[in-house]
Amino acid sequence: MSNNLDLKKGLNIPVKGAAAPEVIQTVSPDIVAVKPTDFKGLVPRLLVKEGDTVKAGSPVMADKQRPEILLTSPVSGTVQQVVRGEKRKLLAVVVKADAKQEYVDFGTKAPASAAETKDLLLKSGLWGALIQRPYGVMAGPEDTPKAIFVSSFSTAPLAADLEFTLGDALKDIQAGIDALSLVAPVHVSVKKGANTFAQLKNATLHTVSGPHPAGNVGVQISHIAPVMKGDLVWTLSLLHLAAIGHVINTGKLDLTRKVAVTGPAAPKTGYVQCLSGTPVKAITAAAQGVRVIGGDVLTGEILGAEGYLGFFQNQLTLLQEGYEREWFGWAKPFRPKVHSSSWYNMDTNLHGGPRAFVETKCFEDVTPMDIFPIYLIKACLAGDIEKMEKFGIYEVLPEDLALCDYVDPSKNEIQAIIQKGIDLMIKEMA
Amino acid sequence: MADEKKPGLFEKGGKLYWLHSSIDAFDTFLRVPGTVTAKGAHVRDGIDLKRVMIMVVIALVPAALFGMYNVGLQTSTLYGLDWNFWHMFWYGLLRMLPLFVVSYAVGLAIEFGSAQIRGEEVNEGYLVTGFLIPLIVPVDVPLWMVALAVAFSVLFVKEVFGGTGMNIWNPALVARAFLFFSYPSSMSGSSVWVSKTWVPALKDVDAISAATPLAIAHDGAFDAATGAVGQYSFMDMVWGFIPGSTGETSVIAILIGALILVWTGVASWKIMVSSLAGGLLVGWLGQLAGATAVPCYYQLVMGGFLFGSVFMATDPVTAAQTETGKWIYGFLVGALAVVVRLWNPGYMEGMMLAILLMNTMAPLIDHCVVSTHTSRRAKKALTA
Repeated sequence: MSNNLDLKKGLNIPVKGAAAPEVIQTVSPDIVAVKPTDFKGLVPRLLVKEGDTVKAGSPVMADKQRPEILLTSPVSGTVQQVVRGEKRKLLAVVVKADAKQEYVDFGTKAPASAAETKDLLLKSGLWGALIQRPYGVMAGPEDTPKAIFVSSFSTAPLAADLEFTLGDALKDIQAGIDALSLVAPVHVSVKKGANTFAQLKNATLHTVSGPHPAGNVGVQISHIAPVMKGDLVWTLSLLHLAAIGHVINTGKLDLTRKVAVTGPAAPKTGYVQCLSGTPVKAITAAAQGVRVIGGDVLTGEILGAEGYLGFFQNQLTLLQEGYEREWFGWAKPFRPKVHSSSWYNMDTNLHGGPRAFVETKCFEDVTPMDIFPIYLIKACLAGDIEKMEKFGIYEVLPEDLALCDYVDPSKNEIQAIIQKGIDLMIKEMA
Repeated sequence: MADEKKPGLFEKGGKLYWLHSSIDAFDTFLRVPGTVTAKGAHVRDGIDLKRVMIMVVIALVPAALFGMYNVGLQTSTLYGLDWNFWHMFWYGLLRMLPLFVVSYAVGLAIEFGSAQIRGEEVNEGYLVTGFLIPLIVPVDVPLWMVALAVAFSVLFVKEVFGGTGMNIWNPALVARAFLFFSYPSSMSGSSVWVSKTWVPALKDVDAISAATPLAIAHDGAFDAATGAVGQYSFMDMVWGFIPGSTGETSVIAILIGALILVWTGVASWKIMVSSLAGGLLVGWLGQLAGATAVPCYYQLVMGGFLFGSVFMATDPVTAAQTETGKWIYGFLVGALAVVVRLWNPGYMEGMMLAILLMNTMAPLIDHCVVSTHTSRRAKKALTA
């Protein structure tokens, strides 16, 4: 186990449109959505109906198999709409916010045991923030993990600067760590040279440096204590660690966050203070032909201009859709777009057609983990459980190999392939 | 103008939809597809296989241009024709063009045909293969033989395995091996390396023997005092003023190509370096053992060694895939090539056979590297 990770492999993608560290707007949304689709491994059961009144922290949904897992409303108000999709799949519960916020009181007594911590997380609706490795699904309340990992910085393209967004929440974060360390030892990775989060106590701190994906918690785990067969660890974002601490310190659920509005197609970049589930329209305007992504350009989800900010998202990226066709692209092999080092206005064009795998080293160059990406990818494609295990399927989530999507000259969908492999593992190992 | 609601002639449902593979190939040749990312990362790097392949072709251009000049130079010198520079280059260009045309025409026709049958997009791999083949055969080789070799190699070495990215052996080298074993009289010996077929004045002149330095060294005509192999000095071999396959003679031109490949990251420098190391080591051992009088570094500048190390052994599809495997693979390519050169009475050039053999072995090397790694990981997991 090393407390100092200096990662060399990886790539910082030169996308333009970083957010300067200032809050440009504070939004109190009229409506807020709770989306069960944010949580992998959750089968939602509705607990409210249209017209019900809820407080901030009141449950609106529960998991079908594990009814103790609750999803709660981030605002007080009335349930305006239950949005369903195909086959009546529950997509969102939309709550119309009251002018004045009322909170469910979860008490301000700090948890004294693992059971109390778990109970508080389940009741407050923050349980969903815990993600288990392997597989990247929601943690099970019955499980006891080997350790809990938190990354206190993100290296993803244009990601929110957590020192800026959460630097003032140090007290909450500490309270969160104190509570979670009752469940399992907590490891926090800190960016090399960053001081704010290096003050945290009651956790093992790891200093990490390097290009993306050095900030990915999965990459850090693979160097600190690799997840092998039979291992179970939990991960959690710093954002939610602060929210947990806030519940403990004040008794109130507060999912307010500073959201980084970024990307080359953003009309104005900067941070917007708002709630989880705020409509995208309220945060930023998006012109025609612009893709609104919740999260970063590598792993984010397409929200669309009519969508709502997800539970895990603290970033919006706006990109121009790249339908334009470039003339004689092949005749300009040395143009700056090839492994560019200059920052430019990227769009969503694929820049080529899908082909069979040809290059091999490009995947290894962007994957700072002790695995052979190409072998893992091929094992996933073949659906070979034994080989997937051997090549490290327990260690990775699609986000850890997201850069492979970006660099692959054969334009394969690596993240989708890995996710398919993980889904197969869940099905076969259950 | 066609009704907008009707599918286009070549779109799904259109009358000529069955031609869509070929149409797509021309369409994407003209313009990069307008497809946007649907899942996974929302942005993608500008590199695609077309650019990768064109990069290799660019890296091959110096060797090809020099080769054209050298074709004329060799003819002019051997037959005492007293041509000037442009005449030499012009002769070489004219002599090479039909080879390129036949190579591309036959190869691409088969590529288009099989893509059409499979209903897939046409792969770009042949852009490089088609450029390589004329550079690794004697310039006077009959065109029908080239056509036959290309057809054999594209069909049976590439398409039956599923196209670019799926093949086990380097298609260009198999084309050469096909010619080498089927038509040895046009591919080896000392009279095939200098072109005379297109010079009218030489119509009735018998071909004069012009052995390559490799053959001369093989016969033991090495002058230790001057360092010359037959009439060729070491610097002749470095510059490339020697008989041989068109692309392989000039060390300088090949090194320019190697720089381009390494700088753009298309080919692995590890394979190049370890191949040279393997060649040097075995060349040195051979000299110690008395198998040859030629110093080991001569092995790198004679024959197709350097061309093979830089352009053929590094083919990302047929080389080893793991980084450790690349060191082993490259080393063995170089070592085996010189082993064949020194301890074998039959043929002088071992590079082609060494690379094809190592192409076959590459999956085994990778398998060993990967299993060593996974068992080490498993042990680490037990102790952790």
